[in-house]
Amino acid sequence: MTIEPRNSFRNTPDDRGHFGQFGGRFVAETLMPLVLELEREYRKAKQDPAFAAEFDDLLEHYVGRPSPLYYAPRITEELRKGAKPGPNGQKMGAQVWFKRDELNHTGAHKINNCIGQILLAIRMGKTRIIAETGAGQHGVATATVCARFGLPCVIYMGAKDVERQQPNVFRMRLLGAEVVPVTSGANTLKDAMNEALRDWVANVHDTFYIIGTAAGPHPYPELVRDFQSVIGKEARAQMLARTGRLPDLLVAAIGGGSNAIGLFHPFLDDTSVKMLGVEAAGHGLDKEHAASLAGGRPGILHGNKTFLLQDEDGQIAEAHSISAGLDYPGIGPEHAWLKEIGRVDYTSVTDTEALEGFQLLCRTEGIIPALEPSHAIAAVVKVAPTMPEDAIVLANLCGRGDKDIFTVAEALGTKL
Amino acid sequence: MTDRLSSAFAKGPALVTFITAGDGPTPAILDALVAGGADVIELGMPFTDPMADGPAIQAANLRSLGAGTRTADIFKIAKDFRAKHPTVPVVLMGYANPMVTRGAEWFAKAAADAGVDGVICVDIPPEEDDALGPQLRAAGIAPIRLATPTTDAARLPAVLDGSAGFLYYVSVAGITGLQQAAQASIEEAVARLKAATDLPVAVGFGVRTPEQAAAIARVADGVVVGSALVELVAKYGEQAPKYVQELTAALAGAVHSARKVSA
Ligand SMILES: Cc1ncc(COP(=O)(O)O)c(C=O)c1O
Repeated sequence: MTIEPRNSFRNTPDDRGHFGQFGGRFVAETLMPLVLELEREYRKAKQDPAFAAEFDDLLEHYVGRPSPLYYAPRITEELRKGAKPGPNGQKMGAQVWFKRDELNHTGAHKINNCIGQILLAIRMGKTRIIAETGAGQHGVATATVCARFGLPCVIYMGAKDVERQQPNVFRMRLLGAEVVPVTSGANTLKDAMNEALRDWVANVHDTFYIIGTAAGPHPYPELVRDFQSVIGKEARAQMLARTGRLPDLLVAAIGGGSNAIGLFHPFLDDTSVKMLGVEAAGHGLDKEHAASLAGGRPGILHGNKTFLLQDEDGQIAEAHSISAGLDYPGIGPEHAWLKEIGRVDYTSVTDTEALEGFQLLCRTEGIIPALEPSHAIAAVVKVAPTMPEDAIVLANLCGRGDKDIFTVAEALGTKL
Repeated sequence: MTDRLSSAFAKGPALVTFITAGDGPTPAILDALVAGGADVIELGMPFTDPMADGPAIQAANLRSLGAGTRTADIFKIAKDFRAKHPTVPVVLMGYANPMVTRGAEWFAKAAADAGVDGVICVDIPPEEDDALGPQLRAAGIAPIRLATPTTDAARLPAVLDGSAGFLYYVSVAGITGLQQAAQASIEEAVARLKAATDLPVAVGFGVRTPEQAAAIARVADGVVVGSALVELVAKYGEQAPKYVQELTAALAGAVHSARKVSA
């Protein structure tokens, strides 16, 4: 165990699960004893070398970690073309690097977290797994680990998302999961999460809920962050080994915030490293979007206090993003706190900008990204040209685009 | 004022009735509940994401919000009710976000001004009490807590600490309106809770019929009925008050008949 210094950004949450004013355990009484038990069990697992060894072994041999750290020469050159000279006439346009988590088994970072949580579920003697999913990536990752460990799996998915993510629905079913279309509320991710919570409340004795992002009641934001931190730990060591230095800027897309916090957390105390979280601005921040930090305010939903898209009465608004994985009206509480204390900057990019980022990466690097990290790429397109040539930008390529080709074709007016 | 709540339970087992504010002709439905013999009114505050509720109350939430119900409308309903029925206690029941969104102090004051007696917030457990509890207590409103089949002996003192009005025993680990608990398990749980608190213990979730209500009233201080009434509102809309009053009268007769038995 490493001891964090007292003035560290890395020793949250406190023992009530609070990150500053955010986080906490806002759940129904029925769930409270279970949430407390999960926390006790997680504390023990965190101290247990056997747990870490099994986690690491599965990540290496089943998931395919470490994922590569890749210097992207052609997108770097492309962005330098449009860069204006700096204040002293120096050449601008940072080097662009990617953490290649899209190469993981199942095609996204989601599997890192699912491996950790299913090991916890097994430790706790739970025999049934449930999860919510939006794009279906977390559902596929959960169905995958359930198949691997032989546990029954029920995935809740908004009926609207079932329609627009058919390939992932089929994948989950192939893997042996039961996919339940949710028709309550607005039929999207937040409603799927409500339905998963309803299932959990009714089946607390045998069921483990694998939450797919760094949100929900304590200890979920902490444990999801810890499992996803493998991204940042690897990236930090790889960058030091390759370049002898740390990156200047980290960039990651934010739905609930798990890939972003996974990349950021191991760097939080490296004061020279700036960080940029990228929310989905959908049709634009003045229209329908999914940018809860930019367009929301603090509130309580799904077990935690955080920034939420909501009206004056505290009714939750529908989010919109072309990327189903970012289409959620909230954000993990640690990001709400990091924004409030100013350690991380947050921005947002629109559907249109993300589509441009998507196509740019396809053409310049021969990598088809998911629409979620396409938001990070779009942010890199904006910031890299404003940084000197010797600066390093590292973006998290947290998912591949196979699942999105139908959505992209439709957006580009191509019939498949 | 918690006085209205203690009087309501002082006469013997009480009938506690839940409806969702803004779903159907709420003022007339509330009058029908009182006319039918309800002792305590639980007024549900609609929320977009009612994650502890089953299909009937979920749908009521959406109907109410779809009809344009705002928080201010709910306080107006409560205030008008208070003027008309000065002795019947009103409890607001709902989820945290609409309650804290303008600040917990604002909410507590608005509730007190409207003559509300207690508040049940589904997703603020004792561990997060400071999000709303201190403000309610300062305004003289009872924070009513939930105990469930998963609330073990070690946790119960924390649940009771700072709670007032009555203790709401959620008899099934699950959502509203679906299963019903076995009578034996209810009796065991109520005995355990009553040994730990002087607060009245009301039992709810899954109670639909006068027969069930009568059986529970023989051991508990109150019986809560929600989904069965909400379903009548869904079915009869503007005509609902008549049917609500009929069911309430049958439930109240069953619950109150236990008063003589236990006396
Ligand atoms: C590839 C990918 N990236 C990002 C996300 C957003 O989640 P998070 O912000 O937790 O990383 C998702 C969610 O489905 C995803 O599939």
